[in-house]
Amino acid sequence: METLFFVIISLVAIISAILVITCKNPINSALSLIMTFFCLATYYVMLDAPFMAAIQVMVYAGAIMVLIVFTIMLLNIRVNATQKHSHKVLLGSILGIFTLINTVVLLFKSQAAKPVVGGYTGEMIKNIGHSELIGREMFTTFLLPFEITSILLLVAIIGSVILAKKKI
Amino acid sequence: MENLNGYLIVSAILFAIGTIGVLTRKNAIVIFMCIELMLNAVNLTFISLSRHLGHLDGQIFVIFIMTVAAAEAAVGLALMIAFYNNKESIDVEDVNLMKW
Repeated sequence: METLFFVIISLVAIISAILVITCKNPINSALSLIMTFFCLATYYVMLDAPFMAAIQVMVYAGAIMVLIVFTIMLLNIRVNATQKHSHKVLLGSILGIFTLINTVVLLFKSQAAKPVVGGYTGEMIKNIGHSELIGREMFTTFLLPFEITSILLLVAIIGSVILAKKKI
Repeated sequence: MENLNGYLIVSAILFAIGTIGVLTRKNAIVIFMCIELMLNAVNLTFISLSRHLGHLDGQIFVIFIMTVAAAEAAVGLALMIAFYNNKESIDVEDVNLMKW
């Protein structure tokens, strides 16, 4: 049952990801990308990570995609389907498929998938709660990277304010 | 976790689709969305391996990746709007000021 569900979700995710790169209209690409993000959120629930699923839906499908759709509608780009660039599509597809083959070969050759038993199991996540475990880990072990992230956000705020000026 | 390879293969396929999109499309916003797709494929790898290994470190990394993606979205879209105000287009072929 779980395998069947996994296959269905995989099919939806891959088909909508293909639609992202094949649609002519950027709005259709954005909607397909939101579909892919929801499929990934489903995967996260299946992987015992409900907090990450919630963040995926809120941050990606909510905030970032609203920003992208807002920009597409603000710029109101006309679609011109007259341009032909077949050799570029061929070369890019060959490179992408090469990436895929390389990754899958590495995946099946590698020995890295041996289970190293860590402290966190599915029952523990269900009993204590996923967000509590994440928060405990983030504010003890990863406190310094968390603080550095705030500097990154500050830089992003200043950068986008400066880029939004009239004269640039 | 017996189904780890399935998640990793789906992640690899999504990453390859994102690569093809970045290499073949000309609309800068679609390229941007393909980069988001690639970031999400990596997130799926992180979370499935984190579940498989029983550590929460991968999920913390995913939170950081999401922060970077949000900052990138804000700055990148501001760049695109600034470029559109100057050139009336967001084709990547028109970004040729420093090309010789």
